[in-house]
Amino acid sequence: MRFYEFEAKELLRRRGVPLPESRLARTAAEAAAAQRDLGGAVVLKSQVLSGGRMKAGGVRFAESADEARDAAEAILALPISGQEPAGVLVEQKGDVAQEYYAAVTWDGRAKRPVIIFSDMGGIDIEEVAETHPEHVSRTHVSTLRPLSDYQAKLAVARTGVTGGDLNRLARIVLQLARAFREHDLTLAEINPIGKLADGGILALDAHMEMEAEARGAHRGLLADLGIADEDTRQARPPTPFEVAGAQVDAQDTRGVAGNVTEFSGSLGLVIGAGGGSLTLFDAVRSAGGDPANYCEVGGNPSVRKTAALTRLIVSKPGVEKIAVMMNVVSNTRVDIMARGVIKGVIDAGFDPAEKIAIFRIPGSWEEEGFAILRRYGVEYVDRSVSMHEAARRAVAKLAAQDGG
Amino acid sequence: MSILIDRDSTFIIQGITGREAVTMARELLDYGARLLGGVTPGRKGREVHGVPVEDTVRAFTEQTRVDGSIVVVPPAFAADAVHEAIEAGVKLVVVVTERIPRRQVAEFVEHAEQEGARIIGPNCLGIISPGKSRMGGIGGSADATRRAFLPGSVGVMSRSGGMTVEIANALSQAGLGISTACSIGGDAIIGSTYAELMPLFEADGETRGIAIYSEPGGRAEAALAEYMEASSSRLPVVAFMAGRFMDAMPGMRFGHAGTIVEGREDTTAEKIERMERAGISVADRIEQIPSLLGERMEAR
Repeated sequence: MRFYEFEAKELLRRRGVPLPESRLARTAAEAAAAQRDLGGAVVLKSQVLSGGRMKAGGVRFAESADEARDAAEAILALPISGQEPAGVLVEQKGDVAQEYYAAVTWDGRAKRPVIIFSDMGGIDIEEVAETHPEHVSRTHVSTLRPLSDYQAKLAVARTGVTGGDLNRLARIVLQLARAFREHDLTLAEINPIGKLADGGILALDAHMEMEAEARGAHRGLLADLGIADEDTRQARPPTPFEVAGAQVDAQDTRGVAGNVTEFSGSLGLVIGAGGGSLTLFDAVRSAGGDPANYCEVGGNPSVRKTAALTRLIVSKPGVEKIAVMMNVVSNTRVDIMARGVIKGVIDAGFDPAEKIAIFRIPGSWEEEGFAILRRYGVEYVDRSVSMHEAARRAVAKLAAQDGG
Repeated sequence: MSILIDRDSTFIIQGITGREAVTMARELLDYGARLLGGVTPGRKGREVHGVPVEDTVRAFTEQTRVDGSIVVVPPAFAADAVHEAIEAGVKLVVVVTERIPRRQVAEFVEHAEQEGARIIGPNCLGIISPGKSRMGGIGGSADATRRAFLPGSVGVMSRSGGMTVEIANALSQAGLGISTACSIGGDAIIGSTYAELMPLFEADGETRGIAIYSEPGGRAEAALAEYMEASSSRLPVVAFMAGRFMDAMPGMRFGHAGTIVEGREDTTAEKIERMERAGISVADRIEQIPSLLGERMEAR
C-alpha cells in the first residue's frame, strides 16, 4: 500500500528528519494561501500514487500567490497514470547544491532489509547503479539485532561521503531504516535528499509503501493519517466490477474466490488458484482469446461463494461464455466447484450447458464433480487434457459461435 | 533416495486441531507418512485421527526424534510457532500459512539460519517424496496424491503450490515420475529458493532432471541462473514461466504476494532470457516439460 508524498513526509517529520516547510492544498485558492504563508519561491507537486510526476507535468514552480494558484489549477486538472491528484503539496524551494539518494527495501535473495545509499541522487537509481556502481552502496541489516547508528554510517561512508555531511546524512538514513522496520514497510525511499547552498540537509521527496498483510497491525497509525480501510491504494482505483468481486470474497472466510481484475473481452474466466490463474490467463491469450476478467479461486471455497463469483462474471456485459479451469487441485473439491459454477450460471438466468465453454478442474472428488456436470450437459475434460489445450478449446468454441 | 524427507522421516503438525490441519493429518496418515502427533496450546490430551495432541513442541522433542514440523496456524500466530519449532531443535519446518507479514518471515528465516534449520515456505503446499512420505496438503487425499505423483527421477520446485501438482501430474503421466517435489512458496521472502535446494537434488542419486515453475517478481530465477553457471550442474533444468501478460502491467498485483513487476529484472521476458543464457530450457506450455526434460536427460 503506497503512501502519498505528504503522508510519507509526515512519518519522517515525526522522527525528526529535516524537511522543507510545506502545506497540503486541496484547491487552487488553498495553494495561493500556502505560497503567501511560506513566502518566496515554492514548488507545487501533484499528490498521486505514481512516479514520473515531473515528466507528466505534475510538478510546477511559483514565486507569487497568483503563480501558485495557476500552477495548482493546472496540476489538479491533470490525472497522472489514470489517477486524480489527492491534492497539491506546496513546498519551500531552496538552492540545492548536491543531491543524495537513500532507501531501505527488502532483498529477497539475502532475505534481509538492505539500505541503499548514493551521493548521486535525484535521478533513476538503477541507472546510477549501472553507470557509476562505486557511487551506490548496499548495506544489509539483520532483522533480529537492533538497528544501530554504525549501519547507517557505513551505508553513507561507503560512497565516500565524510565530514559533517556523513553524520547528518546517517541520522536521516537511520530514521528511514527505523520507519521501515517499525511500520512494516516494503519500501522507504528519500530521493533526493538535498544539500542546500547554506549547508542544510533536507528530505525533498519521499516514497513509502506498507505491506498489505501488515495493515491490520498498524490501524492506529493509518487512522491517524486519515487512511480508511477501504482505501486500497492500487496502481489504479478498482472498478465497480472489481469492488463487487471483493465483496464476494469477503462473504465468508472459507477459501478464496476473488482478486478479480476487469478486462474488456468476451470470455469470462473462473480460474485458480495463484499460479494456475497466471498460467491460464496466459493460455487464453496465447490461443487468441480475449479475457473479460482475471480472478483467483482456491482453498476450497463454499458453493455459495463460487456461485456468487460465477454469477458476477457471467452477468458482466460483453461476456458470451465462461471457462472454468484450474490446475490439478489438492484441497479444493472438484464437486463443490462444479456445484458452485452451475448454481451461479442458473442464478444469473442462463443455461450452464450453453454458457460454460469448458470445465477443466481435475483432482479430489472429480468423479462426483464430473457426474454433476454430465447431468447439466456441461462439457468437461479430465487431467489428460492440459491447461493450455483446455483454454484453446474454450477460445475456439467462442470463435465458432461468433462465426456462426 | 530423495531430498528433505524419506520413508522414516518423523514429524508433527503445529496447529493440528484446526479444520484444514485435521484433514491434512488424515491424508498424511493414509499416505503412510510418520506423523507423530501435533501441537495446539491448551489441547494436550486430545487425539486427532489417533495421534496425540500436546501443548508444546518440546513435549515431543524431549521424548523422541522429531525431524520436521508442518506449521498450519493462523497468520497472527504462525511466526511464533516457527520460532518455537526452531528453538526446540527441529531442523525442517514447512510453513503452510499464508499472509504472514514479511518482517516476521525474515525474522524466523534468520533464526533458522543461526540454528542450522531449514524453512520451506511460507505460503506453500509442502513437500512430497512419492511412495515414501509427504509433509503438507500437497496432492490432497492419499488417492489423488498417488495419482498425480508417481515415483521417478525428476525433482520439482515451484513457487505455486497448485502448479507443483500440475507439473508433477504431467511428469507422472509421461512416465518420468518424481523423486521429490517441493512447493517452495509464493511470498517475496521464502526459506528455501530454487538455488538453495539445487545442491540437495545434485547430491540425490535418484534425481536426473529438474522442473521448475516460475513467475514474475523477485530475483530467484537470476539466482538459479547464477548457480547453474557457477556449478556446472549434472542436472538438466526445464522451467515453465507463467504470468507473461504481467510484463505490460507494472505495479499491478496478480497471483502470489511475491508476484509483482517492479523493476526491469522482474519481468518474465528478462527472466526467460537470463535462464536460457544459463542453459535452462524454458517451456511455453506445461505439456512440453516432460519431452524437453526427457530429451535432455537422454542426452546425458
